[in-house]
Amino acid sequence: MSHVLKNLTVKVWRQDGPTAKGNFETHVIDSITDEASFLEMLDVLNERLIADGKEAVVFDHDCREGICGTCSLMINGQAHGPQRATTTCQLHMRSFKSNDTIVIEPWRAGAFPIVKDLMVDRSAFDRIVESGGYITSPTGGAPDANLIPVPKPVADASMDSAACIGCGACVAACPNGAANLFVGAKIAHLNLLPQGQAERFKRAEAMVDTMDEHFGSCTNHGECSAACPKEISLDVIALMNKDYRSAKFKNRKELSRN
Amino acid sequence: MATSTAPVREPVTATAAASRTRKPFLLDLYGTAVGKKYAMAVSGIALMGFVLFHMIGNLKMYFGAADLNEYAEFLKKLLYPLAPKESVLWILRLGLIGMLALHLHAAWSLTMLNRRARPVRYQSARDYQEASLASRSMRLSGIVVFTFIVWHLLDLTFGVVNTIGADGDFVRAEVYANVVRSLDRWPVALFYVVANLLLGLHLSHGVWSIFQSLGWNNPRFNAWRIAFARGFAAIVVIGNVSFPVAVTLGIVSV
Repeated sequence: MSHVLKNLTVKVWRQDGPTAKGNFETHVIDSITDEASFLEMLDVLNERLIADGKEAVVFDHDCREGICGTCSLMINGQAHGPQRATTTCQLHMRSFKSNDTIVIEPWRAGAFPIVKDLMVDRSAFDRIVESGGYITSPTGGAPDANLIPVPKPVADASMDSAACIGCGACVAACPNGAANLFVGAKIAHLNLLPQGQAERFKRAEAMVDTMDEHFGSCTNHGECSAACPKEISLDVIALMNKDYRSAKFKNRKELSRN
Repeated sequence: MATSTAPVREPVTATAAASRTRKPFLLDLYGTAVGKKYAMAVSGIALMGFVLFHMIGNLKMYFGAADLNEYAEFLKKLLYPLAPKESVLWILRLGLIGMLALHLHAAWSLTMLNRRARPVRYQSARDYQEASLASRSMRLSGIVVFTFIVWHLLDLTFGVVNTIGADGDFVRAEVYANVVRSLDRWPVALFYVVANLLLGLHLSHGVWSIFQSLGWNNPRFNAWRIAFARGFAAIVVIGNVSFPVAVTLGIVSV
């Protein structure tokens, strides 16, 4: 039961480079099936632009199955568009109606400079993960499965945090341009597990300090979690705040006591 | 994804990051946005305590002039004769001033940080999903409440603006008469009501935020955090707004 959407007005952000002045460019899509994904709609637009001898709209995309975190786009004022828990690549045109106007902007944050058009450089996230988002590599062979028992609720909570794909929607949606949900997820992912305990406080300190060099601060609006395609909970931000505080106050010689 | 514009960095590990020089730990904590939010939460708790007990103390107004004036005298004599008169009161006052200053400084520097974090704003309209009127207006409500506090001190502590447009003179010890004469002027009563409604809005988001900022998070009580914030805000607002209303309606008079 597919329908065809008619007469869509697409206002898309065009910008030649990081320092160039950008502007919205308006295109009309005469008809497109509602089974097309949002990125396929942009593909159709780009095919037409190329056929007309114009430059295609640059946008980030890779797996197109909602797991790589490469696609972005602020669609009608919402990160990843109007459908909850969905990346832009998994958003379909059935979320729109004929005659709709669709406004597409890149993520906007000081830490995410625009490369071109809708593509932004999210390597500030890499800087944060580099500063502590891993377990310092152990030597020797891989340990046996279940060598370290992990309670099921702990494994679940850690996995929920590990679901973060690092797309940056949290930063894009945050009125303050804060990355607390991303950093909270990366910290919670490891700090909840027994394997993450040894470097728990160093990790919290290092990652929060690095975050501070690039991003804004949290005012608990909850926009990040609402925009997150993986529905990461605000709980990870509370956990990050708690571990950062502990990192400052706790006697680390007694780390293994609880 | 990244172009080659990123600066060359030393290998960074969580282990290596510990070698940087550190400030004393409280300053170190306050140095980051997360630490500043921690300071906002702690100072917020102190200010919550103040607004609650200020409201409860003022309820004495309904028992008459003698009760309210005696309560004011009691505050001066806290822990007397163990401590000299007014000494405990001044310790509390200085503590509150310090907490308010900390709250304001943290709010100011975080606001500046947030502005820098998004130098180019969105050029199209945002469609917010979760942000509420309260969360979006924290700065505005905070500024109005602060302005109100300054006016309130000039009005009822220093008496500088108390007699303007009112009958009679300001006598500091006559707390009850001062309050009633002040609130009998309708623009003043209106300012009280507006400022307190905004205080309620500020509290309804701020009190919930305290739990997040301090990391007080537990599935067993998380559902109660917003209810607690709204309940606390409602109690303070209902109490405070009742005073100008009671004076305007003539329920409380000199």
